[in-house]
Amino acid sequence: MTDRSKKTPISRRSLLKGAAGVAGLAGTGTLLSAPYVHAADPKVLRYLGTAVNEGDEIAKKCLADTGIKIEYITATTDDVTKRVITQPNSFDVLDTEYFSLKKLVPSGNIFPLDARKIKEFNNITPVFTKGELPNGKKIGGQGTAPWKVLYLDGPNSKTFSATPTEYVTLIPTVYNADTLGIRPDLIKRPISSWAELLNPEFKGKASILNIPSIGIMDAALVVEATGQYKYADKGNMTKAEIDLTMKVLTEAKKAGQFRAFWKDFNESVNLMASGETVIQSMWSPAVTKVRSMGIPCVFQPLKEGYRSWASGFCVSKAVGGSPKLDWAYEFVNWYLSGWAGAYLNRQGYYSAVLSTAKANMTEDEWGYWMEGKPAKADIKAPDGTLMEKAGAVRDGGSYDDRMGGVVCWNAVMDENDYMVRKWNEFIAA
Amino acid sequence: MLSWARQTFPAPSIRIDRFSPVAVTIDNSPDTIAPADSGLRRLAMRSIAWLQAGPMMLVFALFFLLPLVLVVIVSVWDYNEYEMIPALSFRGYTDTFEGCVANLPELCTILKTYLKTLKLCLLTWGLTLLIGFWVAYFLAFHVRSKTWQIVLSLLCTIPFWTSNVIRMIAWIPLLGRNGLVNQGLVGAGFVNKPIEWLLFSEFSVVLALVHLFTFFMVVPIFNSMIRIDKRLIEAAYDAGASGWQTLVNIVIPLSKPGIVIGSIFVITIVMGDFVTIGVMGGQQIASAGKIIEARLSALQFPAAAANAVILLGITIIIISALTRIVDVRKEL
Repeated sequence: MTDRSKKTPISRRSLLKGAAGVAGLAGTGTLLSAPYVHAADPKVLRYLGTAVNEGDEIAKKCLADTGIKIEYITATTDDVTKRVITQPNSFDVLDTEYFSLKKLVPSGNIFPLDARKIKEFNNITPVFTKGELPNGKKIGGQGTAPWKVLYLDGPNSKTFSATPTEYVTLIPTVYNADTLGIRPDLIKRPISSWAELLNPEFKGKASILNIPSIGIMDAALVVEATGQYKYADKGNMTKAEIDLTMKVLTEAKKAGQFRAFWKDFNESVNLMASGETVIQSMWSPAVTKVRSMGIPCVFQPLKEGYRSWASGFCVSKAVGGSPKLDWAYEFVNWYLSGWAGAYLNRQGYYSAVLSTAKANMTEDEWGYWMEGKPAKADIKAPDGTLMEKAGAVRDGGSYDDRMGGVVCWNAVMDENDYMVRKWNEFIAA
Repeated sequence: MLSWARQTFPAPSIRIDRFSPVAVTIDNSPDTIAPADSGLRRLAMRSIAWLQAGPMMLVFALFFLLPLVLVVIVSVWDYNEYEMIPALSFRGYTDTFEGCVANLPELCTILKTYLKTLKLCLLTWGLTLLIGFWVAYFLAFHVRSKTWQIVLSLLCTIPFWTSNVIRMIAWIPLLGRNGLVNQGLVGAGFVNKPIEWLLFSEFSVVLALVHLFTFFMVVPIFNSMIRIDKRLIEAAYDAGASGWQTLVNIVIPLSKPGIVIGSIFVITIVMGDFVTIGVMGGQQIASAGKIIEARLSALQFPAAAANAVILLGITIIIISALTRIVDVRKEL
């Protein structure tokens, strides 16, 4: 106690002095270069992405295996895109979704990676490269499906190539098939169609994602499920189709169908866990989170199919030609080498290279997550907490059943500007 | 109304002049300097004044005026999916007012949005003023010790101790369908089934805004009240004024600057808010800020800038109307 009271004034004074010194130096500009000098020492990559894939475990394991230090820059999906467009020098590695490529590639701010330098590139699941399952079954390709935007014509090209080239826009990492999450204990009957999202039975207890481009696709799935209209491409609507879909959404909103729209992972968990909503569009790990709180929640497979998303890696234009590019290749190769893939699979996502991930999972884990088999032992989360008891079967079943049931992919429409205006109109209605 | 209150009570205003040292110095100061001077000296004085104001002006120009000018410039640019195009285009504005004439008599999106925003703003302003005024009144006139005044006004900052998001998420267990309030009401037999409009409604938005921003009303009003000469109140009492008359004729007129400053804080914050309205309204209530946010998220910067300019214009109109009622600079 006496010790502390002695020290305090000294340290406070020196702190003040230091602060004044820093302020003075910063003013003259000499200190501004210091952080870069410091950062140039170890192999550091600034990794820009959403919180979904940015696990501390992955960064720790990567540092141990490769000596590359990953510094996460976390932002929402929209803000990641905004940052790439406005501050391309503020990150090295970019982890983003395929649908944002329609904005990113024409901006010229991202640098495509060379497929020949990715060891496992030929083992990447054909979901990305050909739009089909490993067993050859074709997958629905409405919206911005990854295989439509996977390749560029050349290293500095701003147009997508329909045929494979070595210039890959995003090296695939993680993807999933999304559907509605429901509370079976509160609904008390089977749910099998997207039409249920706007069923008046759940008035005031439904929710959708508050990202206009994704919310409108969920609504389109409902419109098709109720037989009102059949879209040529739900991920790329005409103005008339946007009007029609928004009309359906607006009527539902005016009738009080929606409790709230969510934008953040935790918001969706909160809404569902508290019983504010009983049916809503959701992400797989959010359903798992609700269930781990002891509350029944099902990631309900629906007969019309899944809306899918996929993300991958590229680097900033500023990294091209610098030593950081080699580290980026090293990091991406490490990422696809199995440990990270197994980590993602255990969270309910899917990894891009299945063979290496399988080698890093137990047979029981692989059976539960990928093959739709009942778990033989308890299924644990990557951090060791209990997720499912022995005997449980994954919602939607196997990889082939779930990914094979995909009908559309998250997308940016050609009429995006019009759609955003209509969305604002919908909110104001 | 307020100015009428002042005119009907001429006596105290004469006394203010007599008591207040400020009034005396203001009257004398220009004359004492003026006769002493040559032109040179006056120039020196003036340049010193400019130098003293210089740093503030520089900061103001760099971090306020310049960004504002940029926003106005960008608002008349064109744009596509991924970039701003520096070509003159009023697309941001024309798109915003789309359907305002064609859809008559139905209101267009932007008008509906602003009406909603103004409604929320007005409700929040009225409630924060009512609550804030009485909290400040209590602190200024009923709490005697300085220490307790400080402690109690610090208590008013409690809502700011946690992050915005946490603070708002905390409302769900309280107001939600299965929240404390509904459980209490159903348990006590007041209602048969939970009340839905407690959460994700205009009610919850106004509640959260009032909870957050009453503090911005309390501080300036308290600051005005604490400077009211206590002898004025004693004089009013001696002259036979009732408590209500003292309040209406002395306390309220002399708190006017605080009321106006507090109102400016609350109105400007609420007009631009989209986070609180978004979360508490379940993202289903339109606000001027939300339109800007939706445009920014879609990388449509010029359209967002155009909406920001419109919002700025409307807010300036409201604020200048307020300062018309009370000349804050004169009253301080």
